[in-house]
Amino acid sequence: MKTTRTTARAPSAQDQYTVDVFTVVNGAPAQWRVDTRTTLLEALRDTAGLTGTKRGCDQGACGACTVHVDGQRVLSCLMLAAQVDGRQVTTVEGLAGELGPHPLQEAFMRHDAFQCGFCTPGQLMSAACLLREGRAGSDADIREYMSGNLCRCGAYDNIVAAIRDVAKGTD
Amino acid sequence: MRAFLYDRPTAVGEAVAAVAADPQAAFLAGGTTQVDLMKDGVWTPDRLVDITRLPLRGILVESQQLKVGALTTMEQLAAEPVVEQRLTFVREALLLGASVQLRNMATIGGNLLQRTRCRYFRDPTVSACNRRSPDSGCAAVDNVARMHAVLGVDERCIALHASDVAVPLIAVEASVLVDGPSGQRRIPLTEFWVRADEGPSIENVLGHGDLITEIDIPLLPQGWRSGYLKVRDRASYEFALTSAAVALQMDGDMIGDIRIALGGVGSVPWRAREAEEMLRGTHVDPVRFEQAGRAVMASAFTVPGTAFKVDLAVRTLSRQLLTMTEASR
Ligand SMILES: Cc1cc2nc3c(=O)[nH]c(=O)nc-3n(C[C@H](O)[C@H](O)[C@H](O)COP(=O)(O)OP(=O)(O)OC[C@H]3O[C@@H](n4cnc5c(N)ncnc54)[C@H](O)[C@@H]3O)c2cc1C
Ligand code: SF4
Ligand code: FES
Ligand code: FES
Repeated sequence: MKTTRTTARAPSAQDQYTVDVFTVVNGAPAQWRVDTRTTLLEALRDTAGLTGTKRGCDQGACGACTVHVDGQRVLSCLMLAAQVDGRQVTTVEGLAGELGPHPLQEAFMRHDAFQCGFCTPGQLMSAACLLREGRAGSDADIREYMSGNLCRCGAYDNIVAAIRDVAKGTD
Repeated sequence: MRAFLYDRPTAVGEAVAAVAADPQAAFLAGGTTQVDLMKDGVWTPDRLVDITRLPLRGILVESQQLKVGALTTMEQLAAEPVVEQRLTFVREALLLGASVQLRNMATIGGNLLQRTRCRYFRDPTVSACNRRSPDSGCAAVDNVARMHAVLGVDERCIALHASDVAVPLIAVEASVLVDGPSGQRRIPLTEFWVRADEGPSIENVLGHGDLITEIDIPLLPQGWRSGYLKVRDRASYEFALTSAAVALQMDGDMIGDIRIALGGVGSVPWRAREAEEMLRGTHVDPVRFEQAGRAVMASAFTVPGTAFKVDLAVRTLSRQLLTMTEASR
C-alpha cells in the first residue's frame, strides 16, 4: 500500500494510481484492479457487471445506489471501491435466496411498490436492513428510516405498505 | 475527479506522517463530505490517506464522560444506551441528521469537519468564494441564499456550519483529542471552529496533518433533561434551517441550570450563552424565552434570503424551551 510521490502522471507511474481490491460480492470472492478514483458504485456496475445497483444523483442524495457492506446499508456512490477491500458487499442481485425471491421482493410486486423501478433496488436493499435494524414498527418509523431512498414516481405509499407487510410477517 | 494516490495505514502515527509529508494530501474517513467534494472538483488532493482501518472505533463509557473513537459512526453513537439516557439531545441530533445509509458511513470526527453546504462553495464554476479562494468575493451575499448563516458572519462569507450533532456537543462542552506532527493535544469544541467573520478561509484550528483521534463528551448530570429540535424544509433527510439544543435541570418550577446551543444559524455551531444567563434561576416564562432568543439573534447579519432565520431561530428556541420545561408547568 506504500506509494511514493510523483509529480506527473507518467505512464510508468500508472500503477500508483490503481489499487487492488480483494472483496466478497454476494458471497463470491472478487478481485478488482481499479483506478483509485473508482467508486464502489462504478466497480459494481462497470467492473463486476452488476448493474442492479443504480446511479441516481451520484452525490449521496437519493439512495438509488444503496448496497450492504458487512451487512449495513451504505451509499455506494460516496464510497471508494478501495474501501471495501476485505469487506463483504451485497447488492440487489444477492438479495434473493436459493429458494426464490426475498419476501420484500414479493411484497413489492404484490403491492405495486414501483412505477419505473429505477429506485427499487435501492429501496429493497435499504428495506432489508430496516427490518434487521428493527425499525419497521410503525408506518411513521418506516417512513423516517426509509427517508434516504427517494422515489421520483412517488410510489411511497405502496413501498411503505410492502415493507409493513413483511415486517408484520403477514406473508 | 482528479487522480490521487491512495494509502491505507493501520497506525495513527503513519497516517499523520503521510498527510504531514504531503501538502496536497487529505484524510479520508466515511467519505460523505470528502468524496462528494472531490467529485465536484471543489477539492483536489493528490493523495488520500484512508483512516478507516485505524483503531479509532468504539465508545468507552466512564462515570462522567464518554470517550468516543473518532471513527465511530453516527449510527453507532446513537445506538449507545448511555447516550440515550444521559445525552438525549446528542442522540436526537444524530438521528435527525442525513439518512441511515449516510449515518452508517459518516464518522463523528468527519461530522465535526464537514464542509459548508453553500452551493457556491460547492460549484467550482463560481469564481467568487472567499472560503475557497481568498479575496475572490462572496457569490452568496449577492445571490440566492437560504441554507446560510446569520451569526458569526459578515459580507465576506455567510457559510453555515451544517452539523447537527455539533450543536449539542458544544452545549455540553465536548472536546477533541488531536494527534499531529507536533504531538498530541486536547481542544475544547468551544475553541475548535473559527467564525467566518474572523477569516472566511479558515474553518478550524487544526493544522495540516492533525488527526482527531477521540471525542470526549461529558455526560449531563443525573436529573437533567435534554432535547434537540430541528426545523427544516422537508420532514426528514434534510439539513436544518434552524435548530435548538437545550439541556436543563429544573429546580421546582424554576430553571436551575441550563445549556443552549443553536444550529442552522452560525458559521460555527452556536453556543447561546446570553440566553443561558438570562434564563438560569428564572421561572418558566414564554415571554422571557422569546427575549432570550432575541438577545442571541441581536447581532445577526442577514441578506434577503436569510432574514427569515432570525424569527425562526427565536421561535425554534422558544418552542424547545417550552417543551423541555413542560413537565413542571
Ligand atoms: C446528502 C447528505 C445529507 C446530509 N445531511 C446531514 C444532516 O442532516 N446533518 C448533519 O449533521 N450532517 C449531514 N450530512 C453531512 C455528514 O454528516 C458528513 O458528511 C459526515 O458526518 C462526514 O463524516 P465522514 O466520516 O463521511 O467524513 P469524510 O467525508 O471522510 O471527511 C470529512 C473531512 O474531515 C476530514 N477528516 C475526517 N475524519 C478526520 C479525523 N479523524 N481527523 C482529521 N480529519 C478528519 C477529512 O479529511 C475531510 O476533510 C449530510 C451529508 C450528505 C451527503
Ligand atoms: S458564503 Fe462563504 S462559502 Fe459561500 S460563496 Fe460566500 S465565501 Fe464562499
Ligand atoms: S446515486 Fe448514490 S445516493 Fe444517489
Ligand atoms: S419507481 Fe420510479 S423512482 Fe421509484
